[in-house]
Amino acid sequence: MKKAILMDKDDNVATVLEGVKKGEMISIISTDSRVIKSIEAGEEIASGHKIAIDSIGDGETVTKYGEGIGTATCLIDRGAHVHIHNVRSMLKYDSN
Amino acid sequence: MHFKGYRRKNSRAGIRNHVVVLPTVGCINELASEIASKVDGAIPLLHNHACIRLGPDLLRARRTLAGIGTNPNIHSVLLVGIGCESITAEELAEEILPYKQVEAVTIKKDKNYNSALEKGVAILRRLVRESSEVERENCDIADLTVGIKCGGSGSVSAIASNPATGQASDLLIERGGRVIFSETAELIGAEHVLARRAASKEVSEKLLGCVNRMKREIAEYGVDILGSEPTKGNIAGGLTTIEEKSLGAIIKGGNSPLAGVLEYGEKPSSSGLYFMDGTTQASQLFLGMFTAGAQIQVFSYGGGLPARFRGLPSYPPGLPVLPVIKVLGNPEDIEEREYFDIYAGGIISGEMSVKDAGESLFEEFIKVASGKMTVTESRGGYREMLQIYANGLLM
Repeated sequence: MKKAILMDKDDNVATVLEGVKKGEMISIISTDSRVIKSIEAGEEIASGHKIAIDSIGDGETVTKYGEGIGTATCLIDRGAHVHIHNVRSMLKYDSN
Repeated sequence: MHFKGYRRKNSRAGIRNHVVVLPTVGCINELASEIASKVDGAIPLLHNHACIRLGPDLLRARRTLAGIGTNPNIHSVLLVGIGCESITAEELAEEILPYKQVEAVTIKKDKNYNSALEKGVAILRRLVRESSEVERENCDIADLTVGIKCGGSGSVSAIASNPATGQASDLLIERGGRVIFSETAELIGAEHVLARRAASKEVSEKLLGCVNRMKREIAEYGVDILGSEPTKGNIAGGLTTIEEKSLGAIIKGGNSPLAGVLEYGEKPSSSGLYFMDGTTQASQLFLGMFTAGAQIQVFSYGGGLPARFRGLPSYPPGLPVLPVIKVLGNPEDIEEREYFDIYAGGIISGEMSVKDAGESLFEEFIKVASGKMTVTESRGGYREMLQIYANGLLM
């Protein structure tokens, strides 16, 4: 089974280590290579990209390395590709 | 734990024993180059300093030129000057002298180009012959200062090459060494995480101050950093936000407490992990690391196109005095393996752990410190002028 790595136990996204197709089962592993669970890919996801391991509500924080990396801009289903189409930075541009 | 290095007076041990020809200003690069070309084994360190720098940039250039001379990888220095420049050979010689032999030729003192050339060549031949008599001795690993940079970032950087580099960094610090990482722009969005590891409130405030200054300067420039970071290449690799990129970038420094925050080219005061307030541009940054006393530089690659053009941006081609250890993190770039010193891609394919890769990088520190050539050192040939970092007004 192809793998996705969860960088911290509190994260809601994992990084896919080998590209996966829609419907493929993926094994979610920890950084010390323990298998945590298996989930189904909701869509095609390229290697190095992120998959939601739980559903993430619109406006909720996307967490990787145990830290917030952005805010969900819509409801993200479990198994979905998490990237710039459904997440924005939490930083704001201040032109002043 | 020991390595075979070159003992120096009043400083830590060197891992190389180069004799360099250092111009005081870019205007005299040609003479420095010609002197070096007549002596086997001497290295000309040509650079872009000109008398158009003001205030902090002038101080930085002075610190850089003096720091090149004082780095323990250098056996001795021949300064080449004119006599009318903003940083003189006499001033630099005074700063370098407590640590090693330093000589100078200038147009003013030696009358003209030809006589300075003749005198410079004679001095340089003597220095090179003297350097050839120095032998490697057992030196404590605590003498090592390692600079760290990452590049070609994708999301595998934070899974393979950066954690392996962080592990090696922790191993060196546990044994009394110093590690410096930098790239202020790459802290944006992750500064609070690194600040939590600061050894004191002052260090934490200084770190946050650097990042806030950088954010302010970017905004004053009328640019939205979120429009350029992460880069297109980063996004294609799976990085979504600047926070994600920055969190992945700081992993390369390991988990040690942050002992201090340095100016560009400033030397750490004791052992531990340091952050240098500096640029992301590789050759300028490596020069700053060398000036701060680094004897080894690590370049941690995610992968992709930057991993495939073999030379730049990893190689500061004018700085052959600082061995660069290149770490490759992405198994998709395995055909480029021979252009890297350490392969950490096995972490992605499940063949090695972060611990294994980190330990092999740490062992490589000791081997390279004891004389093993890095891939980049073995390639040689192509050279560029050194670029001394400036961020202010140039007249």
